[in-house]
Amino acid sequence: MKLSRRNLLKGSAAAGALAALPPMAIADDVIKVGSIHDLSGIFDIYGKPMDKAVGLVIDEINAGGGLLGMKLEKISYDTQSDMALYTQYAQQLTRQDHVNVVHGGILSASREAIRPTLRKAETLYFYNTQYEGGVCDRNIFCTGVTPAQQSEVLLPAIINKWGKKIYSLAADYNYGQITAKWVQHYAQANGGEIVQTDFFPLDVADFGATITKIQEAKPDIVMSILVGGAHMSFYRQWAAAGMNAKIPMASTTLCVGNEHRVLTPAEGNGIMVAYSWSQERDTTENKAFLEKWQKAFGSTDDLHELAVATYSGMNLWAEGVRKAGSVDRMKVIEALETGISFEGPAGKITIDPPTHHAINDVLLMQVEDQKMKVLEVFPQRPPVDTQAVCDLKKNPDDNQQYEIKI
Amino acid sequence: MDYAVVVIIEVLYAISVLALISAGLAVIFGMMRVINLAHGEFLVLGSYAAIFSNRYGVPIYLAILVAAPLAGAVWGFIVERLIVRWLYGRLINTMLATWGLSLAMMGAFVMIFGNTQTGISAPIAGFTVGAYQINGYNLFIIAMAIVVMAGLYAVMKGTRAGLVARAAMQRPDMAQAFGYNTSQVYMWTFVAGSALAGLAGGILTPIFGAIPSGGANYIAKAFITVITGGASVVSGTLASASILGLVYQIFTFLSTSVVGEIALLIAAVVLLRILPTGITGRFLRNRV
Repeated sequence: MKLSRRNLLKGSAAAGALAALPPMAIADDVIKVGSIHDLSGIFDIYGKPMDKAVGLVIDEINAGGGLLGMKLEKISYDTQSDMALYTQYAQQLTRQDHVNVVHGGILSASREAIRPTLRKAETLYFYNTQYEGGVCDRNIFCTGVTPAQQSEVLLPAIINKWGKKIYSLAADYNYGQITAKWVQHYAQANGGEIVQTDFFPLDVADFGATITKIQEAKPDIVMSILVGGAHMSFYRQWAAAGMNAKIPMASTTLCVGNEHRVLTPAEGNGIMVAYSWSQERDTTENKAFLEKWQKAFGSTDDLHELAVATYSGMNLWAEGVRKAGSVDRMKVIEALETGISFEGPAGKITIDPPTHHAINDVLLMQVEDQKMKVLEVFPQRPPVDTQAVCDLKKNPDDNQQYEIKI
Repeated sequence: MDYAVVVIIEVLYAISVLALISAGLAVIFGMMRVINLAHGEFLVLGSYAAIFSNRYGVPIYLAILVAAPLAGAVWGFIVERLIVRWLYGRLINTMLATWGLSLAMMGAFVMIFGNTQTGISAPIAGFTVGAYQINGYNLFIIAMAIVVMAGLYAVMKGTRAGLVARAAMQRPDMAQAFGYNTSQVYMWTFVAGSALAGLAGGILTPIFGAIPSGGANYIAKAFITVITGGASVVSGTLASASILGLVYQIFTFLSTSVVGEIALLIAAVVLLRILPTGITGRFLRNRV
């Protein structure tokens, strides 16, 4: 066809007519999955693999013929580590794209930015991140581990192994403050004692005086709830002072962004952590998953806990849709509330119906030569922190984040 | 007793860190009245130069003491020729231009090195003082701060190059009348300041590591130290680094590093209220 003015006009008229069709008319034969993560900026180390995990599950499901006979379509937005963009893109996902489900959000601030929008627009929301617990909202499902799940496993282990006196160092924002309380709670419950908790803003990078103060307090264990790039200096300075050979350390945050690969073996070895996943967990599902990831993206180096939780969250949602036989929001929620499980790289994950949180396997691990060596598997740990305050069966209209009192 | 020794070493260390991160800025600002807002990124550049040259087989001390300042110097040369030389005497314009440069460098670091913290381990083992364990590398930092400051003083006071540089800053017209090319002098002074920034970045790498956004943590402290110090490069930087470092570390020991930083800022504000032209505006005048 020659590109004449008449043809061009005809063509654009047709295109215009197509664009003017209501979006719902096209949406019938695809299921739209919204992915909202930080793919650039300071949190991209967390967000990029999470977004990849969403894509991987979609490709898997589409290769197997889709969901309820419909293809999945991924609609992804990069929030650029900017909390304001979360609100904007959440509205775009619900109002323009009319997605059936949204997976995403990393920091607690980002989750709280989009949770009300998605609830109001009646769009199902999956938050697949380790966080401080307590969110109670029937529209959201949280598949990451919460502090009680981590601390409940970690503290008895370190107290039995190393001693009772614990010195905590925590990042000074809501995650650090709340997690420090949980650490205190489980330390006391297991006969331990917190001799001191110091809080640090996220940009503090000089820990010389702190290291001296820790030595003055003479604890048996140092507990790190430090977050982000600047705080990484602590582990280096601790090792440079030769302290890593003298006082053992545990952490609720190290390794989430693969920090154990940034530290040298001498700096990281021996640090005890507890999460729901490890590259080194020896199960057939995990190996199959690592192979799939390797094949899809060329390397498993960027893979971390949060990406695996996203992979599980996507699969749990798909399972819910299959069981409901529909993508209708309430039907899927009710299906998920029957306590759906998924067997995957992180073992078995089950939705806990009253809290919409996940019952996870928790692994007690020790950093060894830049790897996370699994010491013990604690299967099927319930989210007791949120269970204590939230019951969506009794109060289905509850909509708040509970602050846990200790 | 041993605790006192530990505290004294930590105080000296805090002073040395301030002196090191400010030295390059002091040379550029103190002598040329150019405020390099990309100074923090120059330090980060030095850190990356040290880390990656070390990874590719350069021995660690060479990486820290040669590769890092070399990277700073080369980059300083490029920046001076392309940007800064067109803006001499226009304080606000240089600030704006170098601020843009700082954003561009930060973006480039993210693109090249990725948005993660990288680092190298300290090459000196920790040692024991009584009941306390101390970071051995802190002593190296203290020694390097002394060497840099003494070297700077020696060059400025004792060599012909230093004399010409000071002359060109004070009376460019007279220096030109004596046959010196002031444009060349400015260029080499900027390169020297950039090299010092790179060197500081290299020396501090085992302590702070390198992260693309890390420059922001350096620039504020360096800036405060230089402004509080006043016009004299060596004595001003030493005087203000000593006061601010002492205040910071004492309050950090008494409370937390947050309180330490607040105390540092209050000390700087009070000092500038009493001595608006900096410490060397009143005391130690006409020293280098």
